[in-house]
Amino acid sequence: MNDSLIQYTLHLADNSLILGQRNGEWCGHGPVLEQDIAITNISLDLIGQARNFYQYAARLINENATKVSPTGGDLERATEDTLAYLRKEREFKNLLLVEQPNGDWGQSILRQFFFSQFQYLLFEQLQNSKDEQIAAIAEKSLKEITYHLRWSSEWVIRLGDGTEESHKRMVKAVDELWRYTGEMFEGASYELRAASDGVGANLSTLEASWLDKVKDIFNEASLPIPEKVFMQTGGKEGRHTEHLGYILTELQYMQRAYPNSEW
Amino acid sequence: MNTYIRKFYYGDIPEDKTGGNITSMDSKSDWPLWEVFIRSKQGLDHKHVGSLHAADAQMAIENARDVYTRRMEGVSIWVVESKYIHASNPEEAGELYEPAVDKVYRHPTFYDLPDEVNQM
Repeated sequence: MNDSLIQYTLHLADNSLILGQRNGEWCGHGPVLEQDIAITNISLDLIGQARNFYQYAARLINENATKVSPTGGDLERATEDTLAYLRKEREFKNLLLVEQPNGDWGQSILRQFFFSQFQYLLFEQLQNSKDEQIAAIAEKSLKEITYHLRWSSEWVIRLGDGTEESHKRMVKAVDELWRYTGEMFEGASYELRAASDGVGANLSTLEASWLDKVKDIFNEASLPIPEKVFMQTGGKEGRHTEHLGYILTELQYMQRAYPNSEW
Repeated sequence: MNTYIRKFYYGDIPEDKTGGNITSMDSKSDWPLWEVFIRSKQGLDHKHVGSLHAADAQMAIENARDVYTRRMEGVSIWVVESKYIHASNPEEAGELYEPAVDKVYRHPTFYDLPDEVNQM
């Protein structure tokens, strides 16, 4: 059984779950009602993607586990819920980018734009993955992502090329978030393995196209592309910024306080 | 007549973080109102479903998509800025509509419809 496939699937799931949770924090706080609904819609799309990946990861883990311990017995079976609610901070493999705080509306928009642009290119490749399940989830998610990308690009342009105040806030957001973009293209060991197996995407080919697309939008938004920024990494391997702990505390509270509780 | 919507905050997000506090009582900084029309499936007409605020037509369509088609209500969206809609005056209802009240012969209820016709 291929452990890197499990890790790879969890990585994809964690990205979507954590960003979904972050965007969800806007619920009831959006600048206007319509945008409040828009960003929480995106949250739900992301959590939907996360569920698909977690369900698949759980299946792989369980198949793997029974092989290792054929007696069965009290074997803890993984489910999408145990994977989301009962793993610890160091076990999460999401990008540092998606766990960053919402900041102001501009910063949340920019985080979404960076991620959606990446996810779009990534899932375009994953559609052709040799792993049928990953290919199917990627294909299904791509329509949603196309809309996330369109929505967030327009907002980046609107705010970057908007008023003096909105431009200033966007420049600050770029300054805040750019350092987390490099991690997207730096393959963790399980990503390299998945790529060489034809299951995962080839990250190095994504970087140039990502940068091209971002340059186009930044150009239109009259935002400068930062240069020579030291890139933060580690999220994919479980080394996170201080923010993830707080996110998980909130996200996992119910299952930790009332184990096995159900709605 | 202009009406303003004031946003109230609650919870743990301070006002200066939301960006919402930039909106002022100055009507110039308020987004215009748009009327939304949705076609629920091919072949049917667009129906008015409500209104929303947006900065431009593009944003209005996207907002309409998010607000009014979340539960598969539509396959096509029209938006039009509310200020371009001209409405009849309710005070003129008398001369406009009452003359039709006593002209029941204009209704097609005096015909026997064949059973095969079911879309009337």
